[in-house]
Amino acid sequence: MTTTTKPAAPVAAAPGARRLGSGALALRQGRLEITQFLRSRESVVFTMGFPIIMILIFASIFDGTIGGGVKFTQYFITGMIATGLMTVSFQNLGIWIPIERDRGVLKRYRGTPMPKWVWFAGKVIMVVAIGIAETALLLAFAVLLFDLDLPATVGKWVTFGWVSVLGVTACTLCGIAISSLARTARSGSAVVTPVALVLQFISGVFFVFTDLPAWMQQIAALFPLKWMCQGLRAVFLPESFGAREPGGSFELGRVALVLALWCVVGLVLCLTTFRWTTKRDG
Amino acid sequence: MDDQLAISVRGLRKAYGDNLAVAGVDLDVHRGEVFALLGPNGAGKTTTVEILEGYRRRDAGEVSVLGSDPGSPAADWRSRVGIVLQGTGEFDELTVGEVVRHFSGFYPDADDPDKVVERVGLSAKAKARTHTLSGGQKRRLDVALGIIGRPELLFLDEPTTGFDPEARREFWELIRDLAAAGTTIVLTTHYLDEAESLADRVGVIAGGRLVEVAPPNRLGNRQDALATVSWRTPEGVAESAESATPTALVAELAARFGGEVPGLTVTRPTLEDVYLKMIGH
Repeated sequence: MTTTTKPAAPVAAAPGARRLGSGALALRQGRLEITQFLRSRESVVFTMGFPIIMILIFASIFDGTIGGGVKFTQYFITGMIATGLMTVSFQNLGIWIPIERDRGVLKRYRGTPMPKWVWFAGKVIMVVAIGIAETALLLAFAVLLFDLDLPATVGKWVTFGWVSVLGVTACTLCGIAISSLARTARSGSAVVTPVALVLQFISGVFFVFTDLPAWMQQIAALFPLKWMCQGLRAVFLPESFGAREPGGSFELGRVALVLALWCVVGLVLCLTTFRWTTKRDG
Repeated sequence: MDDQLAISVRGLRKAYGDNLAVAGVDLDVHRGEVFALLGPNGAGKTTTVEILEGYRRRDAGEVSVLGSDPGSPAADWRSRVGIVLQGTGEFDELTVGEVVRHFSGFYPDADDPDKVVERVGLSAKAKARTHTLSGGQKRRLDVALGIIGRPELLFLDEPTTGFDPEARREFWELIRDLAAAGTTIVLTTHYLDEAESLADRVGVIAGGRLVEVAPPNRLGNRQDALATVSWRTPEGVAESAESATPTALVAELAARFGGEVPGLTVTRPTLEDVYLKMIGH
């Protein structure tokens, strides 16, 4: 093996010398994040398994229709896809980032020449990859066990795509932002879990949204999950069901607008409040 | 700024609320030097070092590290500085080899990851998940991540905490190797023997101030200190005297006792004696 001294000419073929481009750095970071996620059993079970378990339970309890000839399972699955996307992004990051911050993992990254955005890109790549896998698994289960009808037209798949992308983006940014509220490793879950749970109850995940009290609907309409669910109902429920929505249609324009607004809010919060070290680190 | 200086600090101050953690520190560290910062807990060691590393903002003072202000460093500054923090940032789910290889990708002129793992004595653990490592082994991984970028300047904050004696000796060898290759090294430590055996110069910090900076054998004018000669009288009573000329005193005692002097010892203050006196014990 050759031992290189500090080379006069940079890069060259020295065994250790590898100046990676930013894109390559981001991809490596994403791969590392995915590896860490898949190797931590609790994350995998919680994130991937939770929506499927919920579907099994709810589909077994409520097997009727909810009007308009729509099966409850078909309705419920749209809510579970949205919840799954929120779990992968918002909860996953809101719980794990405080742990990494507390352990000093973030501080260690800050001590290297890695550009800051590469770390965020790694998280986003992880969220997107796990989100796709989790959603595919959920759809496969729902099709096999509950005769879920997959979207029939290209247009609906496109809607599925942009609603998911906007929703995951908003939830990812909010997850990173809320991670700064947790003071210690353990409090991340205490901060994030109640928020997620309340949103699930008031946003029409477990219940038909229009059955909820009006004031509850109005509160839910301020947050992204309600709009993710509504956008996904436009994908998985018949066109005619739109008339039963609170606004008299699926309001896809408004879905896009509210989710985009949350992306902006989340981004601003991230940029202004994100901390690489804990408070006691000064 | 003098090009021969790796670090130059003037009038550094930092307070946390009412607590003045660093109360006006002036410090120069030369290129290629091994500099040890000694001091009790809470003396301001870590605060000082973390300001130099660019982690903390200072309240006042001028700081230059490798020609840059660590508060707003030049673009390539981070790739020239290696950092071993006091707390370990763990990657529980990854193996030693994976972590070191990953971090090597951040540096433009990184060392070979396998070689670095071997250098810190973790070859046998290269494929082990980091959460299976002992405290001392985790510390070695920290050191591996600190040197993977082949830094010009390496900061080590209490690097050998949790090491067994053998591991410490091996670590000292590693530091001497790095120093011999021209790396400037700044370490904080609680261990006086560590400072004495590694450092070209030692700075003693107490109450946020640098009390003294000197080579370890000259600290507190140790080399000029009076020697203490102790012996026992024929009745068995311990006696001792301080002397600037201990050899003469021993000769005199030998004459008085007509040969062997019972219980004879001649000592000078150890680094520990000098150090404890400096920090106010």
